[in-house]
Amino acid sequence: MADVDVTQELPLPVERPRPVTAGPLAWLRANLFNSIPNTILTLAALYLLAAIIPPVVRWAVVDAVWHGESGRACRAGGACWAFIAEKGRFILFGRYPYAEHWRPLFTIVIFVAMILASCDRRLWGRRLAILWLVGLITVGVLMWGGVLGMTYVETSLWNGLPLTLILATLGTVFAFPLAILLALGRRSRLPAVRGICVGYIELVRGVPLITVLFMASVMLPLFLPTGMTIDKLLRAQLAIILFAAAYLAEIVRGGLQAIPRGQYEAADSLGLGYWRRTRLIVLPQALAMVIPPLVNSFIGGFKNTSLVIIIGLFDLLGAANAALTDANWQGFYIEAYVFTAAIYWSFCFFMSRYSQMLEREFSKGRQR
Amino acid sequence: MATEAATGIVPTRRPPPWHNPRIRGVVWQILFLGIVVALFAFLVHNTLVNLRRQNIASGFGFLDREAAFGIGESLIAYSPADTYARAFLVGLLNTLYVSALGIVLATVLGTVMGIARLSSNWLIRKLAQIYVETFRNIPLLLQLFFWWAMLRISAPAPRQAWEPLPGVLVSNRGFVYPVPIADPAHHWMLLALALGIIGAIAVSRWAKRRQARTGTRFPSGWVGAGLIVGMPLLVFLAAGVPLKLDWPELKGFNFVGGSAVSPEFAALLIGLTIYTGSFVAEIVRAGILAVSWGQSEAASALGLRPGQCMRLIVLPQALRVIVPPMTSEYLSLTKNSSLAVAIGYPDLVSIANTTMNQTGQAVEGIAMIMAVYLAISLLISLFMNLYNRAVALVER
Repeated sequence: MADVDVTQELPLPVERPRPVTAGPLAWLRANLFNSIPNTILTLAALYLLAAIIPPVVRWAVVDAVWHGESGRACRAGGACWAFIAEKGRFILFGRYPYAEHWRPLFTIVIFVAMILASCDRRLWGRRLAILWLVGLITVGVLMWGGVLGMTYVETSLWNGLPLTLILATLGTVFAFPLAILLALGRRSRLPAVRGICVGYIELVRGVPLITVLFMASVMLPLFLPTGMTIDKLLRAQLAIILFAAAYLAEIVRGGLQAIPRGQYEAADSLGLGYWRRTRLIVLPQALAMVIPPLVNSFIGGFKNTSLVIIIGLFDLLGAANAALTDANWQGFYIEAYVFTAAIYWSFCFFMSRYSQMLEREFSKGRQR
Repeated sequence: MATEAATGIVPTRRPPPWHNPRIRGVVWQILFLGIVVALFAFLVHNTLVNLRRQNIASGFGFLDREAAFGIGESLIAYSPADTYARAFLVGLLNTLYVSALGIVLATVLGTVMGIARLSSNWLIRKLAQIYVETFRNIPLLLQLFFWWAMLRISAPAPRQAWEPLPGVLVSNRGFVYPVPIADPAHHWMLLALALGIIGAIAVSRWAKRRQARTGTRFPSGWVGAGLIVGMPLLVFLAAGVPLKLDWPELKGFNFVGGSAVSPEFAALLIGLTIYTGSFVAEIVRAGILAVSWGQSEAASALGLRPGQCMRLIVLPQALRVIVPPMTSEYLSLTKNSSLAVAIGYPDLVSIANTTMNQTGQAVEGIAMIMAVYLAISLLISLFMNLYNRAVALVER
């Protein structure tokens, strides 16, 4: 075999120009037009956007009316944001006495602050519980009044966003201990206890929230001894607590089931009894594991509180509906619902992002 | 005894009975049951006293009485002269109708959006994400009000009705669309359709067996679709194209002819579909992501096209993850259909509500709603568990 002369120049293959691999054009090609079906999809989506966005922008911004004395100012065909400017405060606070609006406003601020504080994992524990206790007492004092020179405001005037926040938060806070008991009961080896807990959980989870609310508003007065009445708001709150407890119980049960058997056996061998074993060993681990689904459940509960308008309470959505009945401002449904939806959406979106973040953080230990 | 002395075990006293776990268990259960029963007895006693005091009858006798209220939409014949029992049946059928349609549509929409969220196309991916993030973070009731307002109040009057397709008219009276006028040939077409479906099932079974035996694939999907569409079409052509449409026409202030969907029904169906679809999309996405990446790589290495890879490799495995959460989504859609009461669609809850207002028999009304929803929930769970067993991983 003859030696190859390495110094000999080999003819280089003629290279075609390389495709662009960087820059906006390459990005477009890789992400929008990388195959024929994808190109068709992109063009269809662009056509759809072109059909939807301009009319929506024209309605919401270009033709919109921002100021006006009454609905007559809004006959241009655009959005009537003047309605929100005029009625926004009513939608947020409802029929709460106008001069006292700072009180529900403070309530909203306290709730938002407490929710934000709860997101900080360094605060989890006893300090957070104390914070919530103090916060809820402050909210009660602010909303009811009757002390510190504040006028007394009855609960039927608690409307709008504060009501939504109160129902959703108390619904979860008070349902939680009940849910833990139900979940423990469902895992109990005592058949009577287990049977009743399973029966309760499955019954409540099998029916819509509306029926539980109807039950609270129509049947609860029948259940009570003659002459005893319960406030309408409290009845709705009770229904929400009892309803949420069944769903939370299933989440807690998921956490309980994920605890390895060895933990129970270790606790037993240390001589701990049932309650001490549950309180010191099982629950701390089980509850930490189910925090992300608990946040998701809270989001569901927050959205579900809007159902109380069916039994005649005025939460955020109810106040929006009430604002629509003003004879001077009739027919601005879309504006009112868009405004309300934006408020609900900001709360729920923030919380769902937070729960996704928690899920990622919690699964870090299991990722490799 | 001698053995005790030998092993050095000191005989202990028998523990007192309250240290015996079995005895303690029995005592605890008796206590717990006692409390629950006492609470129940207290509530029932109060209820009976209150009912007697307010002169409200009890029992289900009212079901045989005349309902005396009209129902806007009904799948079966109904008039105000009918009984409460029939009114309940109308409500139940409406609930089942809207739930079944909603489940099908939400599954389709959710699956498409879930797959779109994983698309390689940036625009499609982002649009699907915006859809999911927007609609699952807004209360369903608010969405229902929104669609209801759009269709009932913002929609044009019948005179200026919007016509997206020829003959389909959208106005504040709802959707009106043409329907074919009944013809005897249509019964034969139905029969042909049934035969086509049976044929398609038979072909797919045969194709599966043949593929297992010889490895040769057969386009059973296309042939099946051809049978299902083609058989009725053949009958249709053979009968001489018996298609006369009943077109809706504007007479006075409303439409005559055709068939109509009320704004309430449309709002409820649209709301349920879009809201539940956003949850279904997330379930489908999670299910697909749960299938390991190596599976699609292996499929590509075998030369399967992306569509085939999705259909033959990824989706069957993803279904195992998807089916259990999907069951609870279907259950919640069915329960959410009860929000119809807020926008005036006559579902079960809405009719029970009217009944309770008329007769005052709240206990019976709520008991009936609860019983019906529990039965529906159990049925859906049962079917989905059967389906789950069919798609679940067969382990050795």
